[in-house]
Amino acid sequence: MNGLSNLLEQGQSDGAANPTQETDSAILAALTRRRRRRRWLINALRLLLLVLLIGGWELGTRLGLIDPFFWGRPSGIWQQLVTWVVHGTAQGPLWVQIAVTLEEALLGFLIGVVLGISFGVLLGRNTFLAELLGPYIKAANSIPRVTLAPLFAIGLGLGSQSKIALAVVLVFFIVFFNAFQGVREVDRNLLANARILGANRWQLFREVILPSALTWIIASLHTSFSFALVGAVVGEFVGSIEGIGLMIQNAGATFNANGVFAAMLILAAVALLSEIVITALERRLLRWRPTALSEVTL
Amino acid sequence: MQDSQRKISPSLSPALHSAAQEAPSDRLPKESTPVIELRRVTKRFLTPGGQTYTALRDLSLTVAPGEFCALIGPTGCGKSTTLSLIAGLDTPSAGSVLVMGEEVHGTDPRIGYVFQTDAVFPWKNVLSNVAAGPLFRGVPKREALERARAWIARVGLAGFEDRYPHQLSGGMRKRVALAQTFINEPQILLMDEPFSALDVQTRTLMENELLQLWSALSASVVFVTHDLEEAIALADRVCVLTAGPATVKGIYTIDLPRPRNVAEIRFDPRFVQLYHDIWEDLRDEVMISYERAKQSS
Repeated sequence: MNGLSNLLEQGQSDGAANPTQETDSAILAALTRRRRRRRWLINALRLLLLVLLIGGWELGTRLGLIDPFFWGRPSGIWQQLVTWVVHGTAQGPLWVQIAVTLEEALLGFLIGVVLGISFGVLLGRNTFLAELLGPYIKAANSIPRVTLAPLFAIGLGLGSQSKIALAVVLVFFIVFFNAFQGVREVDRNLLANARILGANRWQLFREVILPSALTWIIASLHTSFSFALVGAVVGEFVGSIEGIGLMIQNAGATFNANGVFAAMLILAAVALLSEIVITALERRLLRWRPTALSEVTL
Repeated sequence: MQDSQRKISPSLSPALHSAAQEAPSDRLPKESTPVIELRRVTKRFLTPGGQTYTALRDLSLTVAPGEFCALIGPTGCGKSTTLSLIAGLDTPSAGSVLVMGEEVHGTDPRIGYVFQTDAVFPWKNVLSNVAAGPLFRGVPKREALERARAWIARVGLAGFEDRYPHQLSGGMRKRVALAQTFINEPQILLMDEPFSALDVQTRTLMENELLQLWSALSASVVFVTHDLEEAIALADRVCVLTAGPATVKGIYTIDLPRPRNVAEIRFDPRFVQLYHDIWEDLRDEVMISYERAKQSS
């Protein structure tokens, strides 16, 4: 990414005139101009890329290169979205489906995060417990956990509990391992310093171990929310009466490729929104960290 | 971290320029009850390879009230281990460690410790970092913050209360560490190569500042360093340790008058003489440690 931006910058500075006397304001103005031009260029190229991709897809289906029956078609996906928004889905209004899936994912996420942090911190601080339970946790982690979905459907029924349970299981292990590692990585000097300054066990935990581990824990929240969403949707695939997962399931069963894509788009929007919320939370909780050196983030 | 250490503006530290209010020169070691006493202390560690490693062997040492004692020895000889035993962060394998005449059990509120690397809390701003000690010890919040502000001003960081450590230069972070330790008014101050990561100019400033803070506190200091100049410039007494396992090789009384200005005392003929004498002793140990490092690499 950096190599690309350097190339872009060079291409632009070639055209600039070479003034004999440079003042501070002139340099600053030139720099701002160059930055603005570069941002504009990147945005324009991004848009172009999107247009090419979607336009190519649409054109491909029109020319018969891609079969829209199997692979859908952008205009058809749009139509499907409009239909859902205006007339609702087969299971009821669209927003109810979104709300159901979001609620399952959120609850699963919250429970999984709380459990993951608790166990991660407990085992991170207690070497004996960590050694005792280590092999079992590794074994449990190596099971592909989405396969638990039918089990939860049998045990907890077709309601939201079975989906929440799946989301919890998916989220728990990610957060657990990060919290565990975060607690293990606490700087020994900081612990010693806090002890010398007079911290008791609880203060040591609250003022040193937790803030230190928080960097790791928060990093795991980004991935774990998408996993919570996966849990909710897969749970709905397996057996449910409402939700976005059921919409995808229905669309697939009726050979409605556009429906599958449209539901996917909705899920992506939900995931993106949650990502924004988590990033805001991260900014707030990790204020003390130096800002990233690179301005390019993906 | 490297680049930020170089910019420490002199205006931040008005206290540095005069070393006038330093301790009176009669603070040389007296024959009174020692504040710290190490009796034939041995410390062994288990290496990751499953072998035992002896860091200290039969180390005996006493520090008098108000004395500034420097421990010097080659890198990795067990100087830091000595400090962690006194601080109660670790226990000796044999022998005994006494602080104020009592055997050490765990950390002691009368002891302050300044670490070699940055040990200020990166998630706390300067004010909370300095106030941490009193708050841990149950001082009411308002009073703790008030005292912290006073100490921040004293180390020349007034106006930086809201900054986080990563926004400060290496020298400024060291000042935070000093304020964080001094606010607890320790009677014993343990310092583990506290200035070794600083550039030479900043280091001299910090050394003078330390002498000044120390003179107002009348604490006993054990200052670990591998820099002989620093040891002589600061201390009342310099103990040369052998290359690991460490034991005391020689003890030198530094009879240079106080108050001292660290930047200038290096030109004093007596300083040069002392340096020469101690270096004779230290050189062999440094060579041993150097040869070992060469062999193991």
